[in-house]
Amino acid sequence: MPELPNQLANQLPNIAFLIAAVCFVFSLGGLSRHETARRGNLLGMLGITIAIAATAFSGLITGSYVLMILALVIGAVIGTFLAMRVQMTAMPQLVAILHSFVGMAAVLVGICNYAADAGHLIQPLSTLDELTKGLGEGATTIVSAANSLDIVHKIEIFLGVFIGGVTFAGSIVAWGKLDGRFTSKPVLLKARHWINIAILLACGIFGFWFVSVSTVLIGMIPLVLMTLLSFALGIHLVVAIGGADMPVVVSMLNSYSGWAAAATGFLLDNHLLIVTGALVGSSGAILSYIMCSAMNRSFLSVILGGFGVESGSQVVTTGEPKTHTEIFADEVGQRLLDSQSVIIIPGYGMAVAQAQHPIREISDILRKRSIQTRFAIHPVAGRLPGHMNVLLAEANVPYDIVLELDEINEDFPHTDIVLVIGANDIVNPAALDDPSSPIYGMPVLECWKSGEVVVLKRSMATGYSGVDNPLFYKENTRMLFGDAKASVDGILSFLKQAAR
Amino acid sequence: MIVGVVAESSEQESRVAATPASVSRLRKLGYEVQIQSGCGLRSHFSDGAYQASGARIVDTAQAVWATSDIIFKVNAPSTFEINQLKTGATLICLLWPARNGDLLDALKSRGASAIAMDSIPRISRAQKMDVLSSMANIAGYRAILEAANNFGGFFTGQITAAGKVPPAKVLVIGAGVAGLAAVGAARALGAIVRAFDTRPAVKEQIKSMGAEFLELDFHEDGEGAGGYGKEMTKAFIDAEMALFAAQAREVDIIVTTALIPNKPAPKLITAEMVRAMKPGSVIVDMAAEQGGNCELTEPSKLVEKHGVKIIGYTDLPGRLPTQASTLYSNNLVNLLTDLTPKKDGEIQFNLQDDIVRGSLVAHQGEIFWPLPKIQPAVSAAPKSDDKIDFREARRPSVITRWLVGFVGLAAVMGIVVLFGLYAPPQLVSNLTVFVLACFVGWQVVWNVTPALHTPLMSVTNAISGIIVIGAMMQIREPWFGPATLLAFIAVLIATINVVGGFLVTQRMLSMFRKE
Repeated sequence: MPELPNQLANQLPNIAFLIAAVCFVFSLGGLSRHETARRGNLLGMLGITIAIAATAFSGLITGSYVLMILALVIGAVIGTFLAMRVQMTAMPQLVAILHSFVGMAAVLVGICNYAADAGHLIQPLSTLDELTKGLGEGATTIVSAANSLDIVHKIEIFLGVFIGGVTFAGSIVAWGKLDGRFTSKPVLLKARHWINIAILLACGIFGFWFVSVSTVLIGMIPLVLMTLLSFALGIHLVVAIGGADMPVVVSMLNSYSGWAAAATGFLLDNHLLIVTGALVGSSGAILSYIMCSAMNRSFLSVILGGFGVESGSQVVTTGEPKTHTEIFADEVGQRLLDSQSVIIIPGYGMAVAQAQHPIREISDILRKRSIQTRFAIHPVAGRLPGHMNVLLAEANVPYDIVLELDEINEDFPHTDIVLVIGANDIVNPAALDDPSSPIYGMPVLECWKSGEVVVLKRSMATGYSGVDNPLFYKENTRMLFGDAKASVDGILSFLKQAAR
Repeated sequence: MIVGVVAESSEQESRVAATPASVSRLRKLGYEVQIQSGCGLRSHFSDGAYQASGARIVDTAQAVWATSDIIFKVNAPSTFEINQLKTGATLICLLWPARNGDLLDALKSRGASAIAMDSIPRISRAQKMDVLSSMANIAGYRAILEAANNFGGFFTGQITAAGKVPPAKVLVIGAGVAGLAAVGAARALGAIVRAFDTRPAVKEQIKSMGAEFLELDFHEDGEGAGGYGKEMTKAFIDAEMALFAAQAREVDIIVTTALIPNKPAPKLITAEMVRAMKPGSVIVDMAAEQGGNCELTEPSKLVEKHGVKIIGYTDLPGRLPTQASTLYSNNLVNLLTDLTPKKDGEIQFNLQDDIVRGSLVAHQGEIFWPLPKIQPAVSAAPKSDDKIDFREARRPSVITRWLVGFVGLAAVMGIVVLFGLYAPPQLVSNLTVFVLACFVGWQVVWNVTPALHTPLMSVTNAISGIIVIGAMMQIREPWFGPATLLAFIAVLIATINVVGGFLVTQRMLSMFRKE
């Protein structure tokens, strides 16, 4: 690299890191509106490029450039491949697996740092330690005082690896659940809270051990054992959480991956890592909070898992058996054509059936006939915050007809017909009027206030919460049974015929 | 099994018990369908349309009666018709068994089964087959059209160059299905609508339709069995009559729908009240068949008394034949769907089923009349007043909240100061950056629109790949040592994160488009 005045050469990376951090803040700020979102993303790319370049060309690298560039190139190729190949319905899986990478990187950086720093820092001290042994007890206190930064550093390593380990293992499990590789039902061990507490305690004990040993080789033992325990904790935490709570879990892991990066920043004394980690961490925390309040549940109750299994009050069926009214696709099509305003409520079922494209065609046909057609998105619809928005965007639905719960809930009474596609709990009236319901208090899309509701559903089975949905038995509700894709295609082909 | 549909023998009846749409639903249930030629003409369904949806056209009624296993019909047949019924066949129609004892005898002699659609119990499960409701709905709508047709003015108010037109005032007595349909139709035409009912429970329904609910200063609940009204006390009736007398002087249109099961319709509009009405006013008496709610009504006729037109038509649903036939045939198919659980074209009578028990007047020659009474279960919905807002009750007072906040703040500051005394300076500086960044993140992220939450996650994912620079610094050897190998892997996966995260975000964001 070119010769620079010494002062500047020393400060350049820090200045670059500052610019990168500002870029990241603007990047997140850009996402507040659709118009600025792409610019925000580009700023993020710029920031990270500056950060990597500054790190690479400023003498912070002591090892082999060949290895470093090799790793960067291979990583970039794999990353590009993943990003271009992924289906929009598989976004939750991608996000989860990317979280696990951050977690793993944090674990690896922590361990490397311990192994390497020990070479500079701890070994001289340990020789000093041996020296002082001869000098008697009194001298050791001086050494331990000199060691205080070392202790802090070790704690930072230990915490960084711990958070990274939990993030890594938890994200892998979340990925498996979202990808359908593991069961998405909560797996509940009997003493699961005790297991978590026991793991935490054991990690604490290893922590003490880790901080108190001075030789790297011995220190590796508690560090690696703790890493394994953190994996176990991550797995155990996420396994206990049911499929539909995934929006919370994914945002929580997003948050953890940020904290992991921040912890790494602490141990490397790198402010850029700390800032970025804090940004990501708080972003994930906010998303978790939004998801939880959209389900009217506390964060703790979600991450401790087991929802819907031990829900106290089962639905008490009073009076006569309730019935639902069936409808066929052609009739739905006819009613859509006869209406003046339509709201479509997509849920996870739409994602599973990949029905977003024919739904978009339906909305296009209706809109061409100047029938007001809009989409209503519940915050927890799908498996990822904002999942439905992305799917509809993928299908080319303009985002200005895709509205949030708060924006559209008041419009249902003036709407002729509502299509509910693969959603259940987010349209359950019991959340508003049945205090004994496990989902009581959760904000829901009040579609039953419209003229008519058509629910596209496989069968009469309950939603993830195991709660019966009184919506299905309402007088103005019609059930269209079958796979969401097949049903939607049926409606679409009717509309196309009618257009001819 | 074969479902047969015959033309109605009565001249006045324009409805038919099947439509091409209902035929195709019957076919889906596994039934064969045969239709008497021309039976749908008055409802504007051609033989060709029936044929196209899978029905066989049969020339004579006789042939249909003789060869069908199930007969669909609107009105009760004559004994002559029943005697042509195939042995053991099933008849489904409006049978009115209470007044048609001779038909029951005829059914018995043919060993037939029969479902009286008029006796379907009024439980919510049976709503989709309740022909009385579906026909009452049509009748209520038609009643308003008849009234409008015979009324000399607009329904809706207008301000025109020629002068102001006041809206018509409509009074609907009895807010059952027919009454509510009348309210809806009158509102849709722009009239001012008032409605009265002895059952206070329907007040909300009336209001939701946009009508005013007339109340008496008198409390008595007129809710009888099966959603009908019951007979009221003398004092109540006096108060009610005073109200009607006052209203009669004011309104332009009166629609009456008051019925009490198995009794003649109550007389609510006296000759005196008719005389008090403005000339040109219209009364539609929907209870005409049961004697009428108005003293001057003549069933099946339009008469003019004291300058007021009184409409006593008893065939209101039939005056909208296509609509009435469509809903009636839907009711029948909904019933048959329940009776054909296997969708194999075989009808099954489950005598435990409330709907079957409540409406099956004859089964294989055995007569079940009078039918057992099926009462709708009383719904035990909690009243809204009983709800307690727990959050409100548990909220501590303002002073305690302030106190807790103050103590909390002091404690946090104490801890921070203690920490600052003992922690190494580098840690404190790191922590400063960390906490400030958390606040910045908190502020910035709250502004993110929910629609972009997924891109937000993937962007934060990408930038948390910034850990790559930490990993890069850990490559410290010229070639793979154990630590460098780990660092190499760390750089690699963190790069996947950075590149993958940003690119997928870009891909997603380019999909979002505006109109």
